This record gives sequence, C-alpha cells and structure tokens, in this order.
Amino acid sequence: MVISIASGKGGTGKTTVACGLASVTNNCVYIDCDVEEPNGHILLKPKITLEESSYKIIPKINNDLCNFCNKCTEVCEFNALLNFKTEIYLIDELCHSCGACTYFCPQKAITEVKKENGKIRIGETSNNILFYDAYLKVGEASAAPLIKKVKNAYKGDRPVIIDSPPGTSCSMLEAVKDSDFCVLVTESTPFGFNDLKLAINVLRQINIPYGIVINKYDENFSLLDEYIHDNQLNLLLRIPFRMDIAESYSKGELPTETVKDYKVMMLDLLEKIKKEIVKKEYA
Amino acid sequence: MLIAVTSSGDSLDSLVNEKFGRCQYFIIVNADTMKYEVVPNPAENAQGGAGPKAAEVLVNKGVNVLLTGHVGDKAEEALKKGHIHIITGLNENTKIADAIKFYLSKK
Repeated sequence: MVISIASGKGGTGKTTVACGLASVTNNCVYIDCDVEEPNGHILLKPKITLEESSYKIIPKINNDLCNFCNKCTEVCEFNALLNFKTEIYLIDELCHSCGACTYFCPQKAITEVKKENGKIRIGETSNNILFYDAYLKVGEASAAPLIKKVKNAYKGDRPVIIDSPPGTSCSMLEAVKDSDFCVLVTESTPFGFNDLKLAINVLRQINIPYGIVINKYDENFSLLDEYIHDNQLNLLLRIPFRMDIAESYSKGELPTETVKDYKVMMLDLLEKIKKEIVKKEYA
Repeated sequence: MLIAVTSSGDSLDSLVNEKFGRCQYFIIVNADTMKYEVVPNPAENAQGGAGPKAAEVLVNKGVNVLLTGHVGDKAEEALKKGHIHIITGLNENTKIADAIKFYLSKK
C-alpha cells in the first residue's frame, strides 16, 4: 500500500498530515520526497542510521578528441553544453543525465562520469516508523532524479507514506507516481483552492485515485465546499483551524501526540483511505 | 571592442529588453566603427538553459562587453568563462543607441 500526500499549494499542511498518518499506520515507512526542503524529520524526529551521497551521471568531454562539430550542443534539450569553439563547456546543474550527447558524439570524445547531486538519509523513529528523506544539492536544477532514488531506496512491502513536494510539475509527478492513493491537502483560501484544481487535473490524467483533506478549515470560505459538492469529489476530512493544533505543530511536535482529537482524525482518515484502496482493487 | 545590448527590436532605435537569456535580439555594436549587427536570440523560447545558450552566441561572436537588465547565475558563469564583461541595470525605457552612448561616455 502506497499513499502519497500532495497539495499543489505549499504550506497547506502536507507534512503535518503525512507525519500524522505515518504515526497511526502500523509498521509503516515514511519517505520525504520534498528534497528541496525536507522537513518531515522535524515532526517525526528519527534517529538517522545511514547517510549516503547520491550521484547523477554527467558527460565529460575529452577536448583532444573533440572537433567542435556542435552535435552534442544540438542534441542537448536543456542547453547544458556550450560550444566555445576551443572548448565544450558543461553547466552541470542543467544536465538531466539523458545521455544523448554521449550517444551522438561522432568523435567518441564524451565519457560519462558521476557527480554528487544530493544525499539520502535513512533512519527510524522511536515508534518504529522507517524514515527516508533526501537533500538536493543547492543549485541543482532538477529534483526528479533524486526523488526517484529516495523512493526506490525502500524495497520492502510495508505500507509506504510519501510526502510529496508542493506544486504540480515534474517533482510532484515523480513523487505521486505509482501510488495506490493520493491525499490532496488543501486549505480554505483562494490560492489553496486554485492549486487544488490543478493538482486534481494532474491526478486525473495519470489515473491515481484521490481524496481531499481541507486543513485550516474555514466555513466562511464556501467556494471550496461548493466545488467539492458540485463535482462530487471525495472529501476525506476537514481539520479545523485551531490554536492547539497550530501551537503543537509550531513547536515541532506531532499533533497526533499532543492534541487529543487529532489522532482520532488521522485514524479516521487512514480507515477511509484503506477503504478507497480496497474499492479500487475490486473495481 | 564589441558591445552587445539586449534588445526588444532589431534597430538602434529599439528599446532595451531587460532580460538577458530571453530577449528577442542582441544588437552588437563595434565601438571603433560604430557599425552594428543584429543577432536574433536563438534561446528566446528555449525550454531551459536560455541564459547559457545566449551567452554561447555572444562568446562566439567575440563580444567584449554586455549591457543588459539582469543576468542569472548560470548565464553569468558562461559569460565569465567567455571573458565577457557584464554590466547590468539597464531599464526597458532606454533606446539601444542611448545605452551605447551612455556606456561609452562613462567608460
């Protein structure tokens, strides 16, 4: 069972919900895919047991063999290679490791070498959640390869909770891809509402069943409720905008441990998700 | 000395484009003869890496000085690699000819 938590808009409460869900899911694995700013560790407080570098493949040009024919710079979709006539210059942050330059070089002047693009950490929390997160190196343009790596780092069959990065672009797609169910966390604001619609569009196109959690719920913002009602969307949970929850989270505590009814909300959410997954399997 | 200015149009009367990587044209002026060349920017609609690609064009044209609005990190890296002196801060209400004159008067 793989459950991903995504949002569209940043700051709606993905990580709080993901960590809350992880804390009520028996024997689960939590993977923080927000590799540009991972923060699940603040709430889950894992003991890190392994930290290793992650690498991407980049081209290395042998200027003695190169005749500056321009083939590599033409095939590079990302403009990572520049032909200065006396040297082929690589802007390695732009390289997506596609290998086209190496493949097409008529002079065989290009070899592929490893370059560090981030690190992956593995740990365990006091209540037996297996914990993974990753840090993208500052300046790296593309997060998706590292997200793929940290997702693939766990190969067992325990339930997996994936904390997706915000947005609706490549990195979010890479994080939610292959999950059995996606929880979209939104909030009662125009921005949260707008990005929820974008995120729904993405999930529909890649055929991942989803449900909605409204965090920081404000009944005065009726647009969101009306949209969910009119489109018969699956509303899983409304989390009230309450001082005790905000205080708990702002101290870096898991609300499931410090706020009485938050754990009940998370257990209820987990049950609903499980039902949806079973429904899908029998459909 | 060759001076390149990022431009929205294809003449000396055109206005400056503040964006380096995604401007429409480069107007390259020879400061000794005051003759100029108009070079369309091949990176204007690039999916990514527009700045470095634009820098490649200027380096291969032998440009010495770039006048523009602002330049991103990766473009700056490429321009420096090609020994192009970067001057930023131009605004888009300025004509190309005036930008050149102003630079030459302050040099």
